[in-house]
Amino acid sequence: MEISANTQAIAYLISAILFIFALKGLTSPASARTGNYYGMAGMLIAVLATLLGGDVQSYGFIIAGVAAGALIGGVLAARVQMTAMPQLVAALHSFVGMAAVLVAVATYLNHAALGTLNSLLMAELSVGIVIGAITFSGSVIAFGKLQGIISGQPVKFKGQHLLNLLLAVVIIGFAVDFAMHETLTSLIIMTILAFLLGFLLIIPIGGADMPVIISMLNSYSGWAAAATGFTLQNNLLIIVGALVGFSGAILSYIMCVAMNRSILHVVFGGFGGDDAAAEVSAAGQAAEKGVKSASVEDAIYWMEDASKVIIVPGYGMAVAQAQHALKDFMELLEERGVEVVFAIHPVAGRMPGHMNVLLAEADIPYDNVKEMNDVNPEFATADVALVVGANDVTNPAAKTDKSSPIYGMPILDVEKAQHVYVIKRSMRPGYSGVENLLYYQDNCSLIFGDAKDVCENLANALKGGAH
Amino acid sequence: MPEILVALYIFVLSCFIGYWVIWGVTPSLHTPLVALTNAISGIIILGALLATGLQGVGNLAEIFGFFAVLLASINIFGGFLVTQRMLAMFNKKKKK
Repeated sequence: MEISANTQAIAYLISAILFIFALKGLTSPASARTGNYYGMAGMLIAVLATLLGGDVQSYGFIIAGVAAGALIGGVLAARVQMTAMPQLVAALHSFVGMAAVLVAVATYLNHAALGTLNSLLMAELSVGIVIGAITFSGSVIAFGKLQGIISGQPVKFKGQHLLNLLLAVVIIGFAVDFAMHETLTSLIIMTILAFLLGFLLIIPIGGADMPVIISMLNSYSGWAAAATGFTLQNNLLIIVGALVGFSGAILSYIMCVAMNRSILHVVFGGFGGDDAAAEVSAAGQAAEKGVKSASVEDAIYWMEDASKVIIVPGYGMAVAQAQHALKDFMELLEERGVEVVFAIHPVAGRMPGHMNVLLAEADIPYDNVKEMNDVNPEFATADVALVVGANDVTNPAAKTDKSSPIYGMPILDVEKAQHVYVIKRSMRPGYSGVENLLYYQDNCSLIFGDAKDVCENLANALKGGAH
Repeated sequence: MPEILVALYIFVLSCFIGYWVIWGVTPSLHTPLVALTNAISGIIILGALLATGLQGVGNLAEIFGFFAVLLASINIFGGFLVTQRMLAMFNKKKKK
């Protein structure tokens, strides 16, 4: 069976509409699953329309590639821990980037063999290769930082931005040469330099900015697909690329607003490294005021008969896998008539919405989970705020200390609760390297220990019903 | 209108659609959003299919194409399935 070019174009249009509905479905958890099915249907239609379009003549490599990809993708999706979602996402971004490079090179080889190269095509190819290569190597670095293979500390050196700028100019130079003169050497050098640029662009960005990096690379992967669409004159690729590109761009913007930083500051920033050292000494004065440490029983004393408890989860909860223990604790509190609310900061965790997924994994109803702006007015009426592995997003220094690197960042107003208990492994500062002034407040006590153990102990103490 | 301008029209208008649709996504589903966009950016497989399946081209292009098909397929299957897994977590609580 072979379909005409017009039929194929209509199929692509239907597929594009399905993708838009897929994204639209994420407006609410209730419609999201249907949306995902729309996305799958869109993909199936697009692939079938391409295979039947007459341009594809041999299927051996294609079947092998899809089968292997399905197997690998399926295993990854089934096995990945929700804590490790950022790594999976970074890996998938890198694959899109690499695929864009490979497609562009293969397209070049095909056109060269058929003698149908022209300058416009080669210029478009160059754009695809460069964006794809930057996406790939940038995502590999992001993956390494998330996985702990590479230090999360920003790597900075003098003249870094100048070097990147220079590299970009040189890349453009080689791209122009390739487009004008069809020089293969230029194509190869350009590709290698683009890989290098992606690497250099991401290494200065600190671990605290992971949610932004993930969103940014998400955006790049979309633009890479769109660029490929221009090369192949494939409108569906252009549409989908633009949708994904904008999705990532908007997420980056939201993350930046949630940290009160501009995207340029993040990209060139190198946050959470050197500046932190100075900050610790400033906070050293606060340390003299002392920190109160509390036992599980102290915390239970205030929580068991409270009317409202707000739990603030952070990445520490994810690392300790404490979400299930927290859920048990939540249910025990609810049985006693305590209202339990989870408060989520937009940049809590290592990627946008990370905490929501972890809480969902533990079966915590999403009605109990509230976003920062909705929950902030509630802290004043809460008896207890329980901070589980969150740090920077609860630091009142963001509101009061103009010299603090996180000054101006919107935070959860944890300190307004009557009692604040913070579960922490040690006195180490958060990912930003900034000392948390919250711990020195009169109403705040720290419970030292692994988040999961402490949460289990809290639940056991309630079950015991000793009080 | 030359083809590249048509493509540009489509690109720019799609950007606007993306802008409005994405702003409607609820923040609690931002991780599934990223995973879903991972999956649909696997649409780059179309380019990979065309590069691999073209008759009478060199082996080299086919090999490049094969790896592109492989990577894009990992995105498609991995992305959709992991999105499905996450959304199932959000949904089962509704029945409570």
